[in-house]
Formats: sequence, structure tokens, C-alpha cells
Amino acid sequence: MHFLDSILFLASAGGGAVSLEGLKPDLNFIDWSILAIYLAFVIGIGFALKKYNNSAEDFFLSGRSIPGWVTGLAFISANLGAQELIGMAASGAEYGIMTSHFYWVGAIPAMVFLGIFMMPMYYGSKAKSVPEYLKMRYNEPTRVFNSVSFAFMTVASSGISMHALADLLHALLGWNYYVSLFVTSGIVLAYVLKGGLSSAIYNEVLQFFMIVFGIAPLAYIALKDVGGWEGLVAKLHASPQGQGALHSWAQTGGTENPMGVPWYGILFGLGFVLSFGYWCTNFAEVQRALAANSMGAARRTPIIGAIPKMLFPAIVILPGMIAYGLTSDAVATGYTIPTNASGALNYNQVLPSMIFHYFPNGLLGLAITALMASFMSGMAANVTAFNTVWTYDIYKAMNPDKGDRDLLTMGKYATVFGIIAAMGFALVASNYNNIMSILQLVFGFVNAPLFATFLLGMFTRRSNAMGAFWGLVVGTGSAMIFHGLCFATGNAPGVKGGWISPLIEYPKEMSQGFWVAIVAFSTTFAVNALISCISRRDKTDEELKGLVYSLTPKQVEDNDPWILRPVVLGTIVFIASIILNIIFW
Amino acid sequence: MDLRLPIGYVFTIYGIMLTGYGAFTKGAEMYKKSLELNVNLIWGVVMLVFGIVMLVFAKKAGKA
Repeated sequence: MHFLDSILFLASAGGGAVSLEGLKPDLNFIDWSILAIYLAFVIGIGFALKKYNNSAEDFFLSGRSIPGWVTGLAFISANLGAQELIGMAASGAEYGIMTSHFYWVGAIPAMVFLGIFMMPMYYGSKAKSVPEYLKMRYNEPTRVFNSVSFAFMTVASSGISMHALADLLHALLGWNYYVSLFVTSGIVLAYVLKGGLSSAIYNEVLQFFMIVFGIAPLAYIALKDVGGWEGLVAKLHASPQGQGALHSWAQTGGTENPMGVPWYGILFGLGFVLSFGYWCTNFAEVQRALAANSMGAARRTPIIGAIPKMLFPAIVILPGMIAYGLTSDAVATGYTIPTNASGALNYNQVLPSMIFHYFPNGLLGLAITALMASFMSGMAANVTAFNTVWTYDIYKAMNPDKGDRDLLTMGKYATVFGIIAAMGFALVASNYNNIMSILQLVFGFVNAPLFATFLLGMFTRRSNAMGAFWGLVVGTGSAMIFHGLCFATGNAPGVKGGWISPLIEYPKEMSQGFWVAIVAFSTTFAVNALISCISRRDKTDEELKGLVYSLTPKQVEDNDPWILRPVVLGTIVFIASIILNIIFW
Repeated sequence: MDLRLPIGYVFTIYGIMLTGYGAFTKGAEMYKKSLELNVNLIWGVVMLVFGIVMLVFAKKAGKA
């Protein structure tokens, strides 16, 4: 317990303004014990797996030994970082049911596609990372380009996570911002250093259950408070959002909807470019599947992950919608969304403030532990992806003669300085308001061009190294330039766009992000296709075997029960997501 | 290591803690927050069941 005491001591010494004054709950012994037990188990798992970490292969790839249900839950947990809980509850309040597009349109189809069509090449090629696949399929410069931009992105997004967590702990519990930053990242550092990827993955599964058990009661209690589903519908109807909050597609004929995006922007921008870019090429996700113990388990990884992902809106978006409904009701004396200094609703505090409002001690400790778990899972995923890419794709590419021992050592160094760099980025992140929008912007720069490159690389033989490299360079460059030319209504030209010249105006930051991604994808696709068509093929069919879909042997899965075959399971999950879209039309 | 073991232990411990705490604080002032529901007791039982199920599966797999 001395560990927690020292946090408390430093926190009270640090002081600082608390934005949730009056709401700040008093944690008692039971809350602290719940948190302490969680932390003990997380670090304990790292130490327990230490003895299995004797080689670089173990540290970076878990020796390809983990069962499918574990990698599947880790796959989804790796994504349950800052953006998921806080951001999705915030978006639920701000945009209503349209937020479900991030799940049923912007996640499930891509996850199923990854499992069925892309995993045979990822897992089968024995690549250790996404950039390494690019080297096999294309060439070294393409890999370098991807590994450098990926390394930047993982550091950036774990920085954002860290900032969100430290900010939250500061606002909620009055802990010092910097102490929170150091302590939480210190714990992630400890268990990743000790147990490598296995430790990160095993902890992600524990964290997944922590998050579900910690947050799920909120939806039930809040729904009861608002008078059930009918009560929520009545309140939202009477609110300024009106009908808009209750339909995911009905009002997407134009930009007159809470997100400011028409249906084709949602389908192509979010459902295709952003979503496939994120789920299918982000190594922090794909790495979980690469650790699976068989091809079948690797292919099932994203599909198993898709099942809980599909149900998550019920525990994150629903409370956000209820928060807005209760706040907009003038006669309500109960819960309201906190406001910031200028009087505007502070959506990012929706989830924590609801937890404080509804949860008594006991459940309160569980929920705070769940929030910590979510940040740690997202961060550890980025850290393990970063150390692998750094060690294999940057360090080893420059020093090809380095042996296993050196790589293991370098991986451990990379874990340390990756986390330090992320802390630096955390300070940059404090300039932004809606975490989700920045993440979308960052992904727009990095993942959209990459997905275009993979689409041509995995599914055509014609695409060549010159096309891939210049496609990535020009696509990423054009995204940056386009970002400099467009802005969202109400934003001054600057980091949020329009820094070259504010030419194009979008109604929301979200719609701006979608279009930046669409431009990045389309440019990369066009440049890659054009160059590949006018220049010669650089790899023979023999060299592309196992790397291109049409040249990869069809998977035989006679040993799996039929329901567990990736194609069957994937189809079921995909149909279920279509049904959900129709229900909440 | 069978991952179901640590998960089972964590949730069995949490289950016992919250069930006990809920029983001990029955009718306390703080349950006004949760609309007079003793959520600790209810959720404690749910987690306890989940934890035990995980442990049972892990033990079964361990024997086989």
C-alpha cells in the first residue's frame, strides 16, 4: 500500500485547480483496495510471464503461442484506450445515436475483412510487423517510410491517451497531472519490460473484463433514472438535438445532422477509408493476431474481437445520450453535464461525471479502476507495437548483423524511450478539446495512405515498389496540404486546419477529418495505380507467393468446428452489424 | 499460464469484497446515488459468479 500512499502524498502536495468541484467523490478503503488489487495483478502477470521471455521472438511475438479467444479479446482491448470510453460517451452526448457509426460501420466490416481476406497474407508470410510485410511485398524504402510514420503515430496516440488519463485523474481525484502521468506510464513500462508482448496481451484481456464490469452498471442505472428507453426518447425529442439524436442514417441525406457528414461521407470516409485503414493496417492491432498460435486462431482474432465491439455502444454511447437527455430537460434536478469556463457543455467529462453521480463507494472504485485499465490497455498496445517496429524495422534494418540478444536489449530500450517520447506528446495533446477528432486527424494522415497501399499490394500483382513508395509519399503529403486548406466552422486557422489558407469550410471537425482521410486515400491509390501501370512489374508471381491474395493457397480449416471457421463466423458477425444498423436507422 | 486463472482470482476477490461490502452497508445513505439500488450487492454477486466460472474452467482444463 505504500505505493498508493506516495501517490496521494505527491498529489496533495501538487494541488491545482479541480474542474469537477463539488462532484469530487471521496474514495474509501474499499475503492482503494479494488484499485490496489488490480495494480498488483497487472504487475504480477508481467512478472509471471518473465520466465517465458528468453528470446527476441518471445518478447516481440509471444512465440506465436496464444489461443484465439485471448488474442481476440486483446485485439479489441488494444483499441479500448482513451478514445473509446471517454470519447465515445462524449460523442454519444454530442451526436446521439450517429456515434454508433464508429462501431457498426466504422469497425465491424473492417475487422471481418481483416480476418477473412488479409490475415492469410499477414500471418502466412511470417512477417513480424506490418512494415516488414511491406518490405517483402514492395521494398526497403516503403518499409522505412511506413515504420517511421507508424512510430510517430504510436507515440502520438499513446501521448494522447496519457494526457487524457492524467487530466482525468487530476480533474476527478485532484491528483497532480504530472504524477499521474509518471505513475500510470511507469506501471505500463514495468509490465511490458518484464513480460513483453505476452504480458501486454494477457493484461489486455484482464483489462477488457475490468472495463466491462466497471462501466456496464452505469447504463442500467442511468436508463432507470431517465425513465427507461421511452423516457430517453421523450427527453431527446424535446431537446435541441430533437429527432437527430435518435437516428443513425435517417437524416444523412445532407450535412444537416449532428456529425455534419452526408451518408456517402460516412460510408466511404468512415466505413471504408478510416476504418479499414485503422483496423487492417494498424500494427498495434494486427500484432495481436500475429501472436496467435495458428492460422485459424489468427484469422478468428479480429472476428472474435468484433463480437464485444458490436455490443459496446450499449455501455458507452447510451450513457452519453442519457446524459444529454437529462441535461436538456429544464425541470431536471438530477444529473447534468458539467460545463467549462465559457459555459459550454464539457462532453469529455460526461462519463466520469456520471460515474460520480450514480456510483456509490465500492462500484465507484471499480469504475475508476476500469478507466485506468482502459488507458493502460490502449497504451501498452501502442508501446509493444512501437518497440517491435523500432527494433526490427528501424534498428535491425540499419544493423542487419545484430543478433537475438542485441535485439532483445534494444527492444527494452525502445520501450523506455517510447514511453518518454509519448509523455512529451501528452503535453502537445492538451491543446485540443475533443480527443476523438484529433485521433481521426492523426489516423487520416497515417493510415489512409497505408490502406490504399495494402489494398493494391495484397489484391493485385501489378502494383510495384515505385508505385507504393511514391503513392505513400504523395498521398501523405496531399493530406497535409489539404488539411492546411480546410477548416471546421468556428475554428481559427492553425493546428486544427486551414494553416495554409482557409479555403474549404466544413460544419464540424469530424467531417473535416473524414474528408482529409478520403483525399489521402484517393491520392495514394491513384498515384500507386498510375505509376504501377506505366512502369514495369518488379516481382514475379513466384516471389509474390503468399503475399498476394490470388497467389496464396486457400486456407483449409477442416479441423475447426464449422461455426468457428473464419468465413462462417465473419459472415454471421457482419450480418448482425447490418441488422443493428437497420434497427437504429 | 492459463489466463483464466488470474482473471478468475481477480473477479472472485472483487465479488467477495463487493458482496460483503454491499451486505454490510445495506440501506446506507450512499445508495440514494444509485436510485436506492444496492448495486454493490447485486454486482458483487454477478462478479463472484463470473470469477468462479472462470476458475472452474481453468481447473478443468488443467486436469485434462
